[in-house]
Amino acid sequence: MVSPEDLSGQPAPLYEARRGVYPKTVTGPFRRFKWAIMAVTLAIYYGTPWIRWDRGPYAPDQAVLVDLANRRFYMFQIEIWPHEFYYVAGLLIMAGIGLFLVTSAVGRAWCGYACPQTVWTDLFQHVDRLVDGDRNAQVRLAKGPWGFEKIAKRTLKYLIYLVIAFWTGGAWIMYFADAPTLTVDFWTGQAAPIAYGTVTVLTATTFILGGFMREQVCIYMCPWPRIQTAMMDEKSLLVTYKDWRGEPRGSVKKAQAHPGAFGDCVDCNQCVAVCPTGIDIRKGPQIGCITCALCIDACDGVMKQVGRPRGLIDYCTLDDAATEKAGGTAQSIRKTLMRPRTLVYFGVWIAIGAAMLFSLGQRTRLDLAVQHERSPLYVQLSDGHVRNNYTLKLRNMETRPRRVAVTVSGLPGAAVWTEGGTREGAGQTVILTVAPDSVTRLKLFIAAPGAGPARQDFAISTRGLDGDPRGDSDIIQFDRPEPGQ
Amino acid sequence: MAEQKRIDEATGTSTVGHEWDGIEELDTPMPRWWLWTFYATIVWGLAYVVLYPAWPMIDSATKGVLGWSSRGDLAKEMAADAKRRAPTVNAIAATAIADLPAKPELMQAAVQGGGAAFRVHCVQCHGAGGAGVRNLYPSLTDDDWLWGGDLAAIEYTVTHGIRNPDHRATRASLMPAFGRDGILDAAQIGDVVSFVRTISRQEKPGAASARGASLFADNCAVCHGAGGEGGRQFGAPKLTDAIWLYGGDRDSLTTTVNQPRNGVMPRWNNRLDPVTIKMLSAYVYSLGGGEKGLAPETAGAVEEQGADGQP
Repeated sequence: MVSPEDLSGQPAPLYEARRGVYPKTVTGPFRRFKWAIMAVTLAIYYGTPWIRWDRGPYAPDQAVLVDLANRRFYMFQIEIWPHEFYYVAGLLIMAGIGLFLVTSAVGRAWCGYACPQTVWTDLFQHVDRLVDGDRNAQVRLAKGPWGFEKIAKRTLKYLIYLVIAFWTGGAWIMYFADAPTLTVDFWTGQAAPIAYGTVTVLTATTFILGGFMREQVCIYMCPWPRIQTAMMDEKSLLVTYKDWRGEPRGSVKKAQAHPGAFGDCVDCNQCVAVCPTGIDIRKGPQIGCITCALCIDACDGVMKQVGRPRGLIDYCTLDDAATEKAGGTAQSIRKTLMRPRTLVYFGVWIAIGAAMLFSLGQRTRLDLAVQHERSPLYVQLSDGHVRNNYTLKLRNMETRPRRVAVTVSGLPGAAVWTEGGTREGAGQTVILTVAPDSVTRLKLFIAAPGAGPARQDFAISTRGLDGDPRGDSDIIQFDRPEPGQ
Repeated sequence: MAEQKRIDEATGTSTVGHEWDGIEELDTPMPRWWLWTFYATIVWGLAYVVLYPAWPMIDSATKGVLGWSSRGDLAKEMAADAKRRAPTVNAIAATAIADLPAKPELMQAAVQGGGAAFRVHCVQCHGAGGAGVRNLYPSLTDDDWLWGGDLAAIEYTVTHGIRNPDHRATRASLMPAFGRDGILDAAQIGDVVSFVRTISRQEKPGAASARGASLFADNCAVCHGAGGEGGRQFGAPKLTDAIWLYGGDRDSLTTTVNQPRNGVMPRWNNRLDPVTIKMLSAYVYSLGGGEKGLAPETAGAVEEQGADGQP
């Protein structure tokens, strides 16, 4: 920040060095909540690829797997093919609307609790405390000269950073291949180069972003704070210093000496000391505040010690702040959260989720796509019949081989055979065996009497012959020479 | 636009001093790590200029000390692909063409490779997908073949071509120009055409076709067969079916008898390697009209018999 003095004399510096942030340990309900979220999110991230899920002999047995090589996405009992990518798009839309919902209701809760940058920064700050000690010890060490102790502690700390970062990068690649196999391959040097490259890059970014950049990412690099600020309104909860209650600040001694002259804030600076982004919440809402609520815990602790009511710093909406300032009482938390805007977001979010689940249950597992060959459109056969060629794509989305009947209907006198077969003895149905979990592509020949309309629509349909008869059907055209040709 | 720097009250930061309709800009200092990142990109850029092609010259660019080029990349990729395909290509080379259908995977690979070669060498005449061109080049997708439609026959035709003047093994035959050379007069040609249209069930028998029958037996049957069933050893088309390369109506048939085309196809054994020809043949065979050939040794016997049967 530029102080007014800079304007009169020296020009303001163009670049600003990072000011160290050494957050103090704090206890309280929000800290415990953050611990819980950190444990859950990290457990999900590191643990998910190791969950096994039996899908039979033709599919991988990893519960969550993004199989890029074979273009499949597995998530427990759901298997997504590339042409069903709209499910992923739907999930992204749900994530987007979920963020609208959360932001309009509880402000930047994503930033404060669940964002990976926040979770990993929190983790690395715990490492700082483990190695260097709490806030004061950290400041002392940072300002102190480079001696044996500092070198030893820094080495140890960066080593722990590196282990966490490597573990983070290593966990990422497990989502893209069979985790136990990949682990063995990775340590025996047999994994794909892309695996080593990805681990290296993610180790480096985790090490740098979590260990060193920290709040700089939130303040300078991340677009979310700006977008979220735009999505909040005066009814969204945000961490607020209740200045009408706290000001003017004064120590307990001063307040005892002059009763009624001072507010509740004892100016102990604990809210600043615990802040992981190093801001002073008492300056009002600001871009650097990720609403992690640790200052609420810190302030509540102090208020308890000095015997004043909790909540000098608290979650509060702008509307409630105005009401309380004017001497009224704030709305109940239930009423704040249940308002039309959040309910509409929630309704849309639920509707998309329900629609996707419904369509997942309805999709066919034996798809048919027929393409009429254009070159040539038709072939004159020597006995006066006409043959059309089609490219048949049979998509067997089940993880077992299947026997399938492909039948032509609506084309009198038609004979159908496939690549490698012959016209002799051909009827209106061919029986095929299709490989599990794959697309079988083959050429289909259909011959029909030459007398008939130049363009005729008919149907090609598939039917499972092994238990599940459900299939698919396609209307397609049969061409003959125009009369006179 | 006033040039007036001032301290913004809410942030405590200086403004840049410009003001547009009441909107001012804060002169927030950049973080220092951003400056380092900027220097890093400059270093990166310098290294890149040294290592990779960078400075444009008159007709090229500086080479760069790594010697990288996109053509080099392509050559590497082509070499890698040739290496990848080598086992399949060798297997196809080692397999007699008539035995290909018994090895479906090899056959499929041959069809794929043949399709690629077809799109380069054959589509100019035979059309995309082998559809042929009316009155010029035969369709390769139907069930009517001039010189035979089993794998071995197709391979022979592709290898040696049709009516190549410089090549002894080429498929060769010559239909006389009955009209132009005065072998038959116009009325006789009309009668023969009537007969041909009768045996292909386009006209009802009549006096003209009866006269044409004896003319046909004398002049045409030697190649086209007594009943017009065609003769593959001469590439003589079947005259009783629904397929006509040069048209089956009266005018077209008259033109053909007057002055036959005797179409030509280049031989490919001087331009393509035997494996490519084999794959091309497999592709043409797969277009829908391929005929089941006899096993290689019996096929040879049949050919000899046919040669013996010639007058």
